[in-house]
Amino acid sequence: MYNLSLNQRAALLSVVMLVVGLLIWEAAIPAQKAVGELTEYERLTGAGAPKAGVPPPSQVIAKAWEQLSNPFYDAGPNDKGIGIQIGYSIYRVLTGYILAAIIAIPFGFLIGMSQVAYKACNPFIQVLRPISPLAWMPLALFIIGDSEASAIFVIFICSIWPMLINTAFGVAAVREDWVNVARTHELGPIKTAFTVILPAAAPTIVTGMRISIGIAWLVIVAAEMLVGGTGIGYYVWNEWNNLDLTSVVFSILMIGVVGMLLDAMFGLLQRRVTYAE
Amino acid sequence: MKPYLSIEMLTQRFLDGKGGDLTVFENATFGVEKGEFVVILGHSGCGKSTIMNILAGLADPTSGVVIMDGQEVKGPSLDRGVVFQNYSLLPWLTTLKNVTFGVKARHPDWTKAQVEEHATKFLAMVGLEGDVIHRKPSQLSGGMRQRVSIARAFANHPKLLLLDEPFGALDALTRGTIQDELLKIWGQMEQTVFMITHDIDEAILLADRIILMTNGPQARVAESVEITIPRPRNRTEIVEHPNYYAIRNHLVQFLGKRSKELAGQPTESGQTNTPETIRIDVTKTSDDPKDTRHALKAVNS
Repeated sequence: MYNLSLNQRAALLSVVMLVVGLLIWEAAIPAQKAVGELTEYERLTGAGAPKAGVPPPSQVIAKAWEQLSNPFYDAGPNDKGIGIQIGYSIYRVLTGYILAAIIAIPFGFLIGMSQVAYKACNPFIQVLRPISPLAWMPLALFIIGDSEASAIFVIFICSIWPMLINTAFGVAAVREDWVNVARTHELGPIKTAFTVILPAAAPTIVTGMRISIGIAWLVIVAAEMLVGGTGIGYYVWNEWNNLDLTSVVFSILMIGVVGMLLDAMFGLLQRRVTYAE
Repeated sequence: MKPYLSIEMLTQRFLDGKGGDLTVFENATFGVEKGEFVVILGHSGCGKSTIMNILAGLADPTSGVVIMDGQEVKGPSLDRGVVFQNYSLLPWLTTLKNVTFGVKARHPDWTKAQVEEHATKFLAMVGLEGDVIHRKPSQLSGGMRQRVSIARAFANHPKLLLLDEPFGALDALTRGTIQDELLKIWGQMEQTVFMITHDIDEAILLADRIILMTNGPQARVAESVEITIPRPRNRTEIVEHPNYYAIRNHLVQFLGKRSKELAGQPTESGQTNTPETIRIDVTKTSDDPKDTRHALKAVNS
């Protein structure tokens, strides 16, 4: 036991926690009696009909196996595979997110370069930033008139702020010595921006991007519950309407897994751009 | 005939935050010859760093001009290389890339191979070879980082090299080694150098001439002391030279006493503030009575 490395011991502990957790969960769900065990009275009063209830983990695992072995089936508007639903959600998140990045990073760069612009823009950013992205939904639906585009707009508006603020902050905080190195080497403004300021501010910018993608993934579930049609958020709500709690629990887990993967991607990017002083 | 680098009537004033002006120095006028190693010595706050920043083109003087090689200094330029006290290496680049960064800026037409070869050569001149040059600055010691910074500056062959307290953050032993490296590379390149330091022994070892400044504000460029010790110099041998302690005593006296006494005298408007040339040479006392006077003053006072 003590010969194991720190990571190995932590992994072992994780597995133990998982198994114990699942066992407690499984034990906490009262089993439904099989039809054969019911008394005649119970059968007559309808106790034999399947009851909705929180499913035990064994059922969720069975559901997961079933769904993940055929994730891309499409049997009509209300019956699509989990892969298709997640695909729609990721498509919306990435579209809104990339649009936000295209605007936020260059704009943040400009306000970071100028103290006047920074101070002038700050009040607007501070007012707009704390607005729940879903509050924009009615306005977006009215102006854009398309639920799909409105969902993308909501993602856009929620992911723009952390990227904008972090880029501006990162650029403004670049050490003057490094800018002086660029100046004494006669680098022009564009070259200075790309070879000195961008790499110097990159860790802060990527942190902002990482926060943004996390928020975008949180918001897409709620947005899709509202706009409906497709996506993982719609799927959760639809399965709730079907009273299929097993699918609800399964999709909750999938939301977590996809969110973790998105975050891990940016974690890798962050490690690449981080530097020690 | 103007010197290679000519500092003329340089004045720097800052707002003191109470509605008035703070004069750092006024009408400072002196020159540096081509290939000369000039060290400027003075207490903190006398405006040494301000002069350095003006020479680098990173700051503008309130009035006065700096003329180098017949051209007025305006803004930073590759002709004036700077080694900063805190190394100013770009931490996300490897050692080699930090040097090629400068070489590429100087020679945009060179191929990648040429740039790397040139950079590697200059890193080798300051004793950085092999695996080390692919490390990031954070993995190097302070002394090694300053070597990289020196290599970056020399590799660009600037017309003037500005060293802003380059060894201030290093321990005494490392400082000694890098001073030797600097002397060696300077000897090979005939580079004009202007350097700030706080360290008297370092100044004597490296300089052809030491410019002494009085305390600020209203600091004066008071004296220009010639270092009459032949080159090549060596840290262990110069202390044996008869002029060494004569010069050293003069400098210590100046920094300890006279820099205060001479301070705060405003220069009359239009009058230049030029340093008085001091030549201390106890080996030739009989030749020139003027020298003797200074030598005696330095030793006895």
